[in-house]
Amino acid sequence: MLQWDPFILTFKLATVTTVILFLLSVPLAYWLTYSRYKIKYVIEALVSLPLILPPSVLGFYLLLAFSPQNAFGKFLEQYFDLRLVFTFEGLIVASILYSLPFMVQPIHNGLKLLPLSLVEASYTLGKGRLTTLLRVLLPNIRTSLITAFVLSFAHTVGEFGVVLMVGGNIPRETRVVSIALYDEVEAMNYEQANLYAVTLLLFAFLTLLIVYLVNYRSRLGKVI
Amino acid sequence: MKKIIFLLLFVITTTFLRGQHSDAILIAAASDLKFALDSVITVFKKANPGARIEVTYGSSGKLFEQISQTAPFDLFFSADIEYPLTLKKKGIAVSEVYTYGIGRIVIWSNVLDPNKEQINSLLDKMVNKIAIANPQHAPYGRRAEEALKHYKVYENVKSKLVYGENISQTAQFITAGAADAGIIALSLALSPAMKKLDGHYYVIPGNAHKPLEQGFVILKKAEQNSVAVAFKDFVLGTEATKILGYFGFNKK
Repeated sequence: MLQWDPFILTFKLATVTTVILFLLSVPLAYWLTYSRYKIKYVIEALVSLPLILPPSVLGFYLLLAFSPQNAFGKFLEQYFDLRLVFTFEGLIVASILYSLPFMVQPIHNGLKLLPLSLVEASYTLGKGRLTTLLRVLLPNIRTSLITAFVLSFAHTVGEFGVVLMVGGNIPRETRVVSIALYDEVEAMNYEQANLYAVTLLLFAFLTLLIVYLVNYRSRLGKVI
Repeated sequence: MKKIIFLLLFVITTTFLRGQHSDAILIAAASDLKFALDSVITVFKKANPGARIEVTYGSSGKLFEQISQTAPFDLFFSADIEYPLTLKKKGIAVSEVYTYGIGRIVIWSNVLDPNKEQINSLLDKMVNKIAIANPQHAPYGRRAEEALKHYKVYENVKSKLVYGENISQTAQFITAGAADAGIIALSLALSPAMKKLDGHYYVIPGNAHKPLEQGFVILKKAEQNSVAVAFKDFVLGTEATKILGYFGFNKK
């Protein structure tokens, strides 16, 4: 029998992470595209770090940072009554950092490819920066936004190393599907493990299929 | 678009309105208990149908670290009684430390019968990889190393050793055929999952290593939890003792 709790938890984690990431990434990608400060290259490198960093490195530092025995963890606990080790909230913070490049990069690339004349035309017509972003730029990079959404969601679903280190395998709190799978393999329940694995495999395949379909159709001039 | 936003908001709000189950307990348990404790819980639930019990298995050392870092567990079953004793000293455990059994280690293999050559079967040329638990944080790994040193074969087999995260991963290495032999917990060798495999095991004499005295405690989080207390009493009762005995956990 397949347990549903890990799936529900994974879905919630990925949804919340993706929404928060989107709200953070649009301003960040905008700034990375149009800023003239040289420091943006440093920020860009930092944002992309999780792409090549072993998840255990991120997990290790987050564990240290979150621990109530250290300054940051103590501060959160005292002032916000928030504990990030072994909690769902902690997983959200970890996932946001871990999936950041998957949200920022497609949006950033989409913005970079837009002709500057679009922005200039909007400014000439008397529109401010915010209106230009919301009404002109974002609608023109819809495919990039969809790619960013789907990839961030899927990458969060596929998270393992970071969750294992900061989550600690707590049912209905931090036991996501990839961890539940690992658990079943250890318990030698290969049938159960296979069910989790097949589900994740199908999900990953469908995700990529959607991304490629969306990109293909956009080249034909249709969006969705 | 509005529907999508509404759905997202719904997921986010329900996510943070999680109910607390007061009759639920969460146990952190050493991996050697995987099958034994699952059986104990099944029987306990029959007598207490409303109780929700969930278990996270891992190496005792890792679980000890997590509990010290405030992981939200109610009870802790450790393969090495030193860990719960330390938690008691630190004030994280609220009950006394109860012994539930003495663990034993066995050589398990499905390429040869270790009863013939006993410890020397590990030197056989059929045995290329030997799985033991990671001695850094798994008590069974430490005892396995001690036994190998006791019989003075450690230096000869050192290059063949592979390390499991905990004792059940170690067992998984040998059952999957990734290692040819391994030193695992008797409780796992006696489990239905391993019994149905075509393997043999040899119980290493208890004098070859320090005893694996196993103990459990109720943790601070469960101070007021009646299910935790009921479960403690059940584990110490005759029925649970019989189940644990079946899996090789005797109190002497």
